[in-house]
Amino acid sequence: MSETTAEKIPVTVLTGYLGAGKTTLLNRILSENHGKKYAVIVNEFGEIGIDNDLIIGADEEVFEMNNGCICCTVRGDLVRILDGLMKRKGKFDAIIVETTGLADPAPVAQTFFVDEDVQNNARLDAVVTVADAKWLSDRLKDAPEAKNQIAFADVIVLNKTDLVTPPELAEVEGRIRAINPYAKLHRTQRCQVALSDVLERGAFDLDRILELEPEFLAADEHDHDHEHCHDENCTHEHHHHDHDHHHDHDHGHGHGMKHYHDEDMQSLSLHSDKPLDPNKFMPWLQQLVATEGQKILRSKGILAFSGDDDRYVFQGVHMMLEGDHQRAWKEGEPRQSRLVFIGRELPEQTIRDGFERCIAA
Amino acid sequence: MSKAFEQSDNAGSIVSVTDRVRPVEIGAPVSAVHFLGETAVFVGDEETLTFVTGSGEAARLPIHDGAILGTASDGKRIVSGGDDGKVIEIKADGSVATLATDAKRRWIDNVALHPDGAVAWSAGKTAFVRSAKGEEKSRDVISTVGGLAFAPKGLRLAISHYNGVTLWFPNMTAVPEVLDWAGSHLGVVFSPDNKFLVTSMHEPSLHGWRLADARHMRMTGYPTRVKSVSWSADGKSLATSGADTVILWPFASKDGPMGKEPGILAPMPSRVSMVACHPKQDVMAVGYSDGTVLMVRISDGAEILVRRKAEQAITALAWNAQGSVLAFAAADGNAGLFTL
Repeated sequence: MSETTAEKIPVTVLTGYLGAGKTTLLNRILSENHGKKYAVIVNEFGEIGIDNDLIIGADEEVFEMNNGCICCTVRGDLVRILDGLMKRKGKFDAIIVETTGLADPAPVAQTFFVDEDVQNNARLDAVVTVADAKWLSDRLKDAPEAKNQIAFADVIVLNKTDLVTPPELAEVEGRIRAINPYAKLHRTQRCQVALSDVLERGAFDLDRILELEPEFLAADEHDHDHEHCHDENCTHEHHHHDHDHHHDHDHGHGHGMKHYHDEDMQSLSLHSDKPLDPNKFMPWLQQLVATEGQKILRSKGILAFSGDDDRYVFQGVHMMLEGDHQRAWKEGEPRQSRLVFIGRELPEQTIRDGFERCIAA
Repeated sequence: MSKAFEQSDNAGSIVSVTDRVRPVEIGAPVSAVHFLGETAVFVGDEETLTFVTGSGEAARLPIHDGAILGTASDGKRIVSGGDDGKVIEIKADGSVATLATDAKRRWIDNVALHPDGAVAWSAGKTAFVRSAKGEEKSRDVISTVGGLAFAPKGLRLAISHYNGVTLWFPNMTAVPEVLDWAGSHLGVVFSPDNKFLVTSMHEPSLHGWRLADARHMRMTGYPTRVKSVSWSADGKSLATSGADTVILWPFASKDGPMGKEPGILAPMPSRVSMVACHPKQDVMAVGYSDGTVLMVRISDGAEILVRRKAEQAITALAWNAQGSVLAFAAADGNAGLFTL
């Protein structure tokens, strides 16, 4: 394809279990006076009360790529619809893809990794998950889809907070953080969240991984964050450990925050102050996602390689990785490597040991 | 691409007819071009067809309220499907008729034309056929329809979808035959002799079946998805886009291309984006993603430069029925007509 100088259209993926409030958020996005026009790809026609000729029905059709990669599933309908929408470039500013309540967000995200035409024209902006404060804790126990949607999220809109008591809210947040400590979390009623908090996030933009460091690595600016950690050691631990050690005296929520260790879905963070050997790290990472990619939902990293004055950043969805040199390390900036994996039944010790072996001698 | 492989080395020696091309400015992205008689009809991405006569006069004709998602032509008319849910028929005199309107205003993703006058289109998982007499029938398949093609003989429609192709005789009650192959099948074509069916897949490959026994033919090795295919005038080879050369699959024998090497023609430091074989001679036109257009003799690969490389990819390429005029257009609406 020819190189296009035109801006790629941002695509926001809106997920959430049945009844969490996706449609409420969508209606808000479409009706608010923000001066932008959205094309919306929905599964249920008619739920949206806004008249818009750029609302397109989708059938959420997933197929497996014939590339020997068993978890490489793609939304073929999305490829087709985005292709059709691109004929109307200039008529809209951004695209929102609503998934059904039972959908796994991975095939949507993977579509943006594997399809050349999609990549040329559009970019995945963020996965936004709307969660029901009252029922999410139950769904996390009985619905694997709900867990996937939380684990996959860049932004979580924790909705219907008016229907729960403060301790219940603290509990559900604790459960969310046990799965995904990196997503931006917003407490809302009737999805009253600033649209700038859910749109134009650049969560999949390698160039903006820097900006994501606060959530991504340690210090979430949010007042509801429970795993603050300014301690050098904590990045070698599961975040729930950080939380155990720090939350009481660091914050004093008065919520009586409990620690939840989700049985299977978790995040794993790795850190090294010593530079990595790219000739060891790259094969290790590729091998890791090739063998464990079904378990790894999301991965991200900022890396310092030996003999390399540039920061290297990468991100991945299951077995798919993309990475690039981002920019030169700044003077005085600590050349640290940090990686995050969110996944199911991650072989923690194996990953830690493998990572340690990638540290340059 | 490395500068060292620029075409400049060849550009001096290659025969060029670029000064004989009549430039046409469409003024909007073009997705296809068809000939209605001697008039070239350029299909815009949105709303409008542009009719360009032999004398170079251009006339715009709005046909859809939105994007034009697919067109087909038999030389006498064009049928188009739009994101306004309409199937439109356009004739050479510029008359426009609405053949169908989807009740739910779903996108009309694909259209196909049968020589006897039947028309097919699809919306979502449903394929529709309207016979020359105006009788309409429909059939649902397992996923959204990727492509439609009428068989060269009889009223038989190939409907490509996930994991294969459904071969449907709309006038028979028999259960349609399904040709299986895992993956998402998009474009679909019959060979002119009705012996083979070929689909372009979401992956950068083609898949084929010998219709007599549903024997599989895998045609792989492309760096990008194959979006343009064209049968040679003698029907013995299938020219395809997707690589930095034209890949030409041999279909002359009863086994099709199985066990044979494809022909490799017209290498360039750019991807082939469109192919259009001449309707009568052993020649094809080739458009590239860097805007170049070549005419290539299939037998020996001799090349003639029709258009030098430019800003945008060639997105439309077609011969008139006589094979005397070649029309092309690029994504930015820069188009041209070349009379042999």
